[in-house]
Amino acid sequence: MSTGFEGVSSNELLAVMGARELADNQTVFTGVGAPMMASVLAQRLHAPRLTMVIEGGIVGPMWRPGWLPISTNEMRAAYHAQMLPGITDAFLLAQRGFLDVGFIGGAQIDQWGNLNTSAIGGYDRPKVRLPGSGGANDIISLCRAVIILTVHEKRRFIPKVDFITSPGHVAGGDSRARSGLLFGGVRRVVTTLGLFDFEPESRRMRLEAVHPGVTVEQVRDHTPFDLLTVERVATTQPPTANELGILRSLDPERQFIG
Amino acid sequence: MTIAPAEYDFRAARRQLEAKPKSAGEKLVSLADAAARVPDGATLAIGGILYSRTPLALLREILRRRPKGLTLARNLMCYEGEWYMVAGAAKKLVTAWMGIGLPWGLSRIMREYVESGRVPIEEWSHLGLGLRFRAAAMGLPFLPTMTMLGSDLMGVGGSKTIACPYTGETLHAVPALFPDVGLLHVQRADRFGNCQIDGYPHMDADIAFASQTVLVTAEEIVPEEEIRRRPDRTVIPGFAVDALVHVPWGSYPHECYGLYDSEPGHFGEYVAGIQAQGAEGVARYLERYVYAPPTHGDYLALFPEGMREAAAERGKELCS
Repeated sequence: MSTGFEGVSSNELLAVMGARELADNQTVFTGVGAPMMASVLAQRLHAPRLTMVIEGGIVGPMWRPGWLPISTNEMRAAYHAQMLPGITDAFLLAQRGFLDVGFIGGAQIDQWGNLNTSAIGGYDRPKVRLPGSGGANDIISLCRAVIILTVHEKRRFIPKVDFITSPGHVAGGDSRARSGLLFGGVRRVVTTLGLFDFEPESRRMRLEAVHPGVTVEQVRDHTPFDLLTVERVATTQPPTANELGILRSLDPERQFIG
Repeated sequence: MTIAPAEYDFRAARRQLEAKPKSAGEKLVSLADAAARVPDGATLAIGGILYSRTPLALLREILRRRPKGLTLARNLMCYEGEWYMVAGAAKKLVTAWMGIGLPWGLSRIMREYVESGRVPIEEWSHLGLGLRFRAAAMGLPFLPTMTMLGSDLMGVGGSKTIACPYTGETLHAVPALFPDVGLLHVQRADRFGNCQIDGYPHMDADIAFASQTVLVTAEEIVPEEEIRRRPDRTVIPGFAVDALVHVPWGSYPHECYGLYDSEPGHFGEYVAGIQAQGAEGVARYLERYVYAPPTHGDYLALFPEGMREAAAERGKELCS
């Protein structure tokens, strides 16, 4: 899918905007796809001491350009890792509080940042059975700040998900904490149209910034729920040639950046 | 709610294990003999994860016996779940995620079988199911965690919450899962079943300790002295293993850390068969790769010449 920037793919835009969310000396629990591209781009730019944790049970890998992993459970994902602790123990690091950021990819998402990757149209006899949680539920439940990267499409953004696979702010307000999730939560949603946070009281998604060339109206058109906006919606900085160049050198065959 | 009390019955599991000999003797058997230890209706826990260190040789040999009514538990279920569905061997799948990976899209077979109600999936989060094996490995009926709270996954298996007896906070009490049989593939073992795993250990040790019967295939059977020289590398002791089979390339075309890489091209051919013919594509694959070849060697001979050598080279390079 193309974006408002000529020659920039959706995944490139998400990776660039996602990378800017990460800081040096942080720990990030990252999934494959755009989150992985964003993490590895941040490492090559402003966050050389960013430690990635991967659900396959991998801590601190340094991926090799051109050899990026398809899954979180393969040797490419473990390339030059510092530790291979096992899957359950990798997630328990997040439960303990060692993971600053949880980075997950696209899905059906609602106004409270809840994700559905399980089933559309009923659960037991669904219209479409989706792959399931994988580690997304654990990442969103246990990391300190969760950032969701997703293509901004009308069919993905819905008022209320059919099934909460991975809980954002659940039903808003303090409902997430009341369910027992005392820590963390979804901090930001990065899409192909802009950046969103969650209004502190209602915990409903709120437009913070649009990408250059995107209007607030366009975002509303692609968001089928009552969208809150901050008082002054900012505009993000466009992807730089340097950011795009590094991404393309990491994935020369464009297997992941599209 | 789909979990049964027997899954977390720690008293029964303990009694069963106490009654079983904790043999330090020889464990080596044939692939057929190992597969024969899987009764119809059993719950199988599958080691490795997705397309990494999957006990594929065991999974193929079990299918050749035309089993019925099996429950398959695996955190990231690759296409072995599709095989067992199409072969009529699976009653239920217990998993956190099913598919091969992003490039291969949604599992059409999973969609067909789950959406029509033929084979249900019992879904847990990745850590949730990992803790079910961990609780059983610890001999306990449940473990407390925060994961899955606030999500609709809590209602799928029938998870319960508890109030922490110290802080009063709400916690998810993940029920143990004591599988009937654990299936594992490891890099090396001695003939007594002391197993060493290289690279990521996945959940294999928890599965070995949780399961009532443990079947292991190993790339290499090494002398006892080699295990004793590096006991720090041993993750499963021989007394936890019931049957051991020497199966080089036992995960192929899935990867085995340090030894060989996976074959995404082969996965692509498999998926192309499904795109062209649906479940019939899987049935044809099973005929060619599972039922027809009489031995593991015959199975390996179905892959083009030089393919495994290249996979071994990539495997070595990726771990250097």
